Amino acid sequence: MELDNTMLARILTSLTLGFHIIFAALGVGIPIIISIAEWLGIRKKDPMYTLMARRWVKGFTVTVAVGVVTGTCIGLQLSLLWPSFMKVAGEAIALPLFLETFAFFFEAIFLGIYLYTWDRFKNPYIHWLFSIPVVIGSTASAFFIMTVNAFMNAPQGFTLVDGSIVDVQPLAAMFNPATPTKAGHMILSSYATSAFVLAAIAAWKLLRGNGHEYHRKALNFTVALALLFSFGTALYGDFAGKYLAKYQPAKLAAAEWHFETKPQSPLILGGVLDPETMEVRNALKLPYALSILATGSPNGEVMGLDQIPRELWPPLFIHYLFDGMVAIGMYMLVVPILYFIWRRWKKGQVPRAILHAIFWGAPLAILAIELGWIFSEIGRQPWILVGYMKTQHAATTADNVGEMLVMFSLLYAFLAIVSSIVLKRMFKNKPVELELK
Amino acid sequence: MSMETLAITVLWIFLYGYIIVASIDFGAGFFSFFSKITKRDHIVNGIIERYLSPVWEVTNVFLIFFMVGLIGFFPDTAYYYGTALLVPGSIFLVLQSLRGSFYAFAHYGARNSTAYLFVYGVTGLFIPASLSTILTISEGGYIEQTAGGEVILNMGKLLTSSYSWSVVALALVSVLYISASFLTFYADRAQDTAAVKLLRSFAIGWSLPTIFASFLVFLSIHRHNPEHFDKMMDVSWLFLLSFASFCGALALQLKRRNYGWAFVLVMLQFAFAFFGYGIAHLPYLLYPYVTITDSINSPAMGQALVIGLIAGLFLLIPSLILLLKLFLFDAKYVQGRPIQK
Repeated sequence: MELDNTMLARILTSLTLGFHIIFAALGVGIPIIISIAEWLGIRKKDPMYTLMARRWVKGFTVTVAVGVVTGTCIGLQLSLLWPSFMKVAGEAIALPLFLETFAFFFEAIFLGIYLYTWDRFKNPYIHWLFSIPVVIGSTASAFFIMTVNAFMNAPQGFTLVDGSIVDVQPLAAMFNPATPTKAGHMILSSYATSAFVLAAIAAWKLLRGNGHEYHRKALNFTVALALLFSFGTALYGDFAGKYLAKYQPAKLAAAEWHFETKPQSPLILGGVLDPETMEVRNALKLPYALSILATGSPNGEVMGLDQIPRELWPPLFIHYLFDGMVAIGMYMLVVPILYFIWRRWKKGQVPRAILHAIFWGAPLAILAIELGWIFSEIGRQPWILVGYMKTQHAATTADNVGEMLVMFSLLYAFLAIVSSIVLKRMFKNKPVELELK
Repeated sequence: MSMETLAITVLWIFLYGYIIVASIDFGAGFFSFFSKITKRDHIVNGIIERYLSPVWEVTNVFLIFFMVGLIGFFPDTAYYYGTALLVPGSIFLVLQSLRGSFYAFAHYGARNSTAYLFVYGVTGLFIPASLSTILTISEGGYIEQTAGGEVILNMGKLLTSSYSWSVVALALVSVLYISASFLTFYADRAQDTAAVKLLRSFAIGWSLPTIFASFLVFLSIHRHNPEHFDKMMDVSWLFLLSFASFCGALALQLKRRNYGWAFVLVMLQFAFAFFGYGIAHLPYLLYPYVTITDSINSPAMGQALVIGLIAGLFLLIPSLILLLKLFLFDAKYVQGRPIQK
């Protein structure tokens, strides 16, 4: 690996995005959960749910702050590290970037109002109403930014003349073939991850022997949402597979080590690839499964890497990332089902094993988001704008990218440590029992 | 009005909005720190925190909005500024990240630590200084393009130029002046006499350096970019109005009354100067490489952006008014008393 400007710019961009995405996913998912909890609290006249909303929103402010500042970083790094890309594609992605800022603006204004008006209105629904624009704003900004990334994967809605993009059709560029699956999969996985993170807190409390009704209710509520959202994520994952087969076969073929174009293709789970002979060892092969995943029919033909010139292959290690993401996705679906089966048929205490499984669901869910993103981004290499512009032609020509990489690494390490300490201290000093009085 | 004139006008308004709200925020951070080390923090901290808490995130978005809009309407700026500003831009991002995240952390116990207030106060001065260099660079003379088309920022020239330092000086003193004028008004609404007294002394103290630095910048533009200076002279009436507003604000502050109007006059002082500077800057966005006619060339995208802009403003302006009503014009909130509606 040569550490030229392009490589350094890639590392710095992935570092920023990899760090930002944790907070961004929580920023998209937590508001909707808080909003539902507050609404349930008002409707059922149950102070427990209201307290959930109040406690979660406190922690949420810290994650939002880190999300905002790292989001600012990636927003500007797009121009600082990839000026040649912005010169070519800037015009095509201007509208969604702009709309994303509006959605963010909208969210920021109403989050401020929501946070500081808890006891201000006699009618509790008025305060609850302020959570709606926060939910809309956060989900809309995720949607708009996903259309930008989708455009990089499936560019359309413009004409290329002498290396510059002209005659842009903004809506066609925004609503490209990759948009529905990318946005749907990302938004739902953010919701599911947030539900798991909040469920993990409740599971942790119960595991530590704090059997307060608040924690049991919180667990039940968040696991129910986790089940719903994980199911939606899996469904959109399947759509995303079909999209890849149709529009970005290189990415799917590399993810599945599918070298030969043929019908009735098997799905390869796990395994090790011999890079010399291209032979796959120790893998589990599910007959027909790739054809079903890609085309919806066991006889469907799936394009293999043999149809793509060798120099345009994505790196083949993305197979491991893809498998990791899918495995965790399955875990996120199975654990809530087990939890509810237990609650439904074996009334009484949920076994510690399930609580442990829920607890570990939170870090795993975040890991799955990272794996999914790295898979998706590495999977379109060598392109930055698939079919139009290669990554190596897009990076900055300025010096000092290496120094900037060191500086930002230190910044993110610092932010990670301080925000963890703050979050931990915040809840340790104020247990639920104290707040309920 | 042509699309690009409309776009740059709206973006300039947003940048002006950012300068006002961010100055209040940056200055407040510095005053918090300064009051702490001079053991007067109990006088002003309540006022500062009540105002800043609900708005800190909004402040940030004004800037992002300006930058995204600029790149959206004028993609060439991304190429030139993006390449040239890698180092200063990254330093700005780190400072901004520390400050923004610290603000949220502060609510949960860190506020009383001097180290925290130091970072918060000092970044509040470094950020405007680093941002103001972008305005300096836009005057031209610091970015060079090689024969191969590579864009290079001449840091040595930037750091030794008297013009760039006069802009930094103006940014610093303006931040403190705008902030103190606003906080005096806010403290007055909260009927907090002690805070008014202290903040008013800050406001008056920073008024003369502000006007002095403004003249300095005015004169050094003459040396650095005579073409721009001549265009500024064409709209000299705007700068005269700016000076008149300054005198009015100072008179009200010295007479200890109408702090609200005094702040309005401070806002006008900066508005006239900022728009005078901006009008004279046109058509250049980066002298002499990028002009506003180098804007997007797809009519459909231009149209979509303008529609998006207008629709977005219809959403934003009422929301901002609501925010101000709840936290700035609500007497009980400002005074820190419990409210039930």
